[in-house]
Amino acid sequence: MKLNDLLNHVGGWIKGSGPNSDIVISSRIRLARNLARVPFPHWAKKEELEEVSRLAKSAFEQTEPLQGNLFLILEELDSIDKQFLVERHLMSNEHAIRSSQKALLVNEDENVAIMVNEEDHLRIQAMESGFDLDATWNAVNAIDNRLSELLPYAFKKDWGYLTACPTNTGTGMRGSVMLHLPALVMSRQINRVLEAIAKLSFTTRGLYGEGTQASGNFFQISNQVSLGQKEEEILGNIKGVIRQIIEQEQKAREALLAEHREMLEDRIWRSYGTLKNAHIITSNETVELLSMLRVGNDLGIVKDVERGLINELFILTQPAHLQKLENKKLSSNERDVKRAQIIRDKLLH
Amino acid sequence: MLCNLCNKNQATVHLTEIVDEQMSELHLCDDCARKKSMEMEQQFGLSDLLAGLVDYGKQISGTDKGAVPAQCGFCNLTYEDFRKIGRLGCSECYTSFSKYLGPLLKRIHGAIQHLGKTPAHYVEPVPVKMTKATKQMDAAELKERLQAVIEREEFEEAAKLRDMIKELEAKPRDPEKKKKGTAKKDEA
Repeated sequence: MKLNDLLNHVGGWIKGSGPNSDIVISSRIRLARNLARVPFPHWAKKEELEEVSRLAKSAFEQTEPLQGNLFLILEELDSIDKQFLVERHLMSNEHAIRSSQKALLVNEDENVAIMVNEEDHLRIQAMESGFDLDATWNAVNAIDNRLSELLPYAFKKDWGYLTACPTNTGTGMRGSVMLHLPALVMSRQINRVLEAIAKLSFTTRGLYGEGTQASGNFFQISNQVSLGQKEEEILGNIKGVIRQIIEQEQKAREALLAEHREMLEDRIWRSYGTLKNAHIITSNETVELLSMLRVGNDLGIVKDVERGLINELFILTQPAHLQKLENKKLSSNERDVKRAQIIRDKLLH
Repeated sequence: MLCNLCNKNQATVHLTEIVDEQMSELHLCDDCARKKSMEMEQQFGLSDLLAGLVDYGKQISGTDKGAVPAQCGFCNLTYEDFRKIGRLGCSECYTSFSKYLGPLLKRIHGAIQHLGKTPAHYVEPVPVKMTKATKQMDAAELKERLQAVIEREEFEEAAKLRDMIKELEAKPRDPEKKKKGTAKKDEA
């Protein structure tokens, strides 16, 4: 498998299938792991990081579900390829920007990605489409169990897995669920919901994880506490909170339909109309309009578009994707034209 | 490197920004970083607030400075470094600064006891001393002991065992001669 092969399909986690996939885009879990007695990436020497990368690669090769997966040395990639991987949610911005001695493993379905030498030596991530933290946990846990047989993990009985930042110490686990909450935003209830979540020690982030703003009505909700609870307990708490939010969003959607149907349908059809006809469109506008098209599809108002296609458009219309599809560097204006063209092609078949 | 904004002072803060859908790096001096951080305040996550939180640990520990090392003996990170960057240097920092980190972890997570999974092969550390019994073990038994000691990261002990195994394997039929001489040869 090569990096460019990823361009020909969309990741398994964004298929638009799975439980509650009208509201939940994806479930993801990452485990932060480090090697004992090797300085953490930010503090390590070049040779030490090279050794970590070598050990990790060798362990991946001996781990059954990871065999034959794509193993990328980030220094060998150009900036568009790195941004492409960030846009596909396979790695963080941080991993793309300071890329020396960093590596990334990705499996073919794009539901497993392991960052090597990011903030921690290993960031093992698994993701699934829809609201399915159990399947995600089973996948990431099996990989972690096998890797722990092969690598000397940094671990203390009382404090658990030792991480560069004490906010991840313990289980090293962060479970995140990406939600599409247009009705809670439109009915101005979203702040109330997010405030309640914060009080329960959960964090809300934007589409691309830490440090990003929510856009297009997408919110990523994750646990903050990683020490003092079992993994299953942490995931159980996230599930409880997410179920509540799903219920709130469903109620808000019903209320909008009951009280403001015309207004809602107007916004949905106008969005669809613009997407099908625009010749120049920015990425911000695209995300906003696709968000409306998606809710129109969820509510059975727009029936001639598949949810999977809408999800695919969110990914394909991002800057690095457009440039890879065109196979050259594009200016911002050129991208807006190319973006509109791809959307028209996909929506008009 | 000079600050990207004022082009006058030395850049001390390094930021990542996304402008017009493109990622870029920004190198700033203290003054410009302070101004910039006001703009970016709402984007900062919990880990960025750590620098403030770590002082909490210091207060708790009180005045007995001598009891906590100022520097990690393994990776040389100082507690002051940790206070500035919010990241520890290595797994051993957790032992070096445990007195500070206990209260800090409690404050972050509300707990200080890990209840989650344990890595494969993890063995509860028990002090192992070289005894006469060890000296009478055969190579296979010593290898078993060596494995356990490595898993507990007791490397000094591991080195001794390794030398004993090499010695035994080199001269399996002549146990009388396994003394210091061979060990020295191994180190050379």
